[in-house]
Amino acid sequence: MRKLLFIALGVLFGMVMYKAEAASWFRIYEMFNFQSFHMYGFIGTALIVGVIAVQLIKRKQAKDVDGQPIHIQDKNKSIPRYLIGGIFFGLGWALIGACPGPIFVLLGAGVLPMLIVIAFALLGTYLYGVFRHKLPH
Amino acid sequence: MDILLDPWPWYVGGPLVALIMVFLIYLGKSFGFSSNFRNICSVLGAGKSCSFFDFNWKAQSWNLLFLVGAMVGGFLAAHYLSDNQVPAIAAATITDLKAMGFDSAGNAYMPSELFGKMNVKNIMLLAIGGLFIGFGTRYAGGCTSGHAISGLSDLQWPSLVAVIGFFIGGLTMVHVFFPIIF
Repeated sequence: MRKLLFIALGVLFGMVMYKAEAASWFRIYEMFNFQSFHMYGFIGTALIVGVIAVQLIKRKQAKDVDGQPIHIQDKNKSIPRYLIGGIFFGLGWALIGACPGPIFVLLGAGVLPMLIVIAFALLGTYLYGVFRHKLPH
Repeated sequence: MDILLDPWPWYVGGPLVALIMVFLIYLGKSFGFSSNFRNICSVLGAGKSCSFFDFNWKAQSWNLLFLVGAMVGGFLAAHYLSDNQVPAIAAATITDLKAMGFDSAGNAYMPSELFGKMNVKNIMLLAIGGLFIGFGTRYAGGCTSGHAISGLSDLQWPSLVAVIGFFIGGLTMVHVFFPIIF
């Protein structure tokens, strides 16, 4: 039953990303040219709802569906990994015009060249795993 | 039905994504899509050659189910909830893109110049883009969902650093490399 719930949430996510055009290469290009409010409005309204919801969860010390206290893990405090890793991701995001979620959403929509992107994203992830100890974090 | 078939406005899409994140938190999980690249590497047996992938991926199978759902959602949206949806991008964007040779700008959901014909150049670009996305998301410990949505919603400053990085990379690609590539 719980498994179906994760699939259903994924289905909704896929529909939202496609229909609200956060999965469109053109929208991402437009965003990085500051020529439309669309993507900023999308991320902005997500954050307004997200910040309020997460702060409420923390203040009320809410419990999850299993009755366990909700604990949101803090990110490790550092700069290099987020900045350098972020720049690499940003370069790929703008070129492909899709972040990881939409890459799979678009594959489902029938954009088969995304298989190439996914194969090399797996290779990139693997290379990070191999060389992670040599990288500044 | 038109309200479903028409493009969904950003002020519907953004809040819905936040609600999906909240629902995942309520289910005891966290919203972070790029972790799935690491999960898939582990499923494929990468844990044998690299300890980074030697973990119990079955504990993350909920995220892989979410991924399967996302693909189904994309299929349903494109085939049953759209009538050839074409994003209404800005006129200035269309002009810029046509000048770079993107004639599909303003006529398509995706640029056929990059995702249509699979010539050597396009395959190389998709490969490089994928490599950067896979390497960068794991290095940064998250992508747009994990940092820009989940991390910023929790007011985590490392996520803000990551998002600044995303934009430095994205702006560099579009304004420095695109004129060279296209």
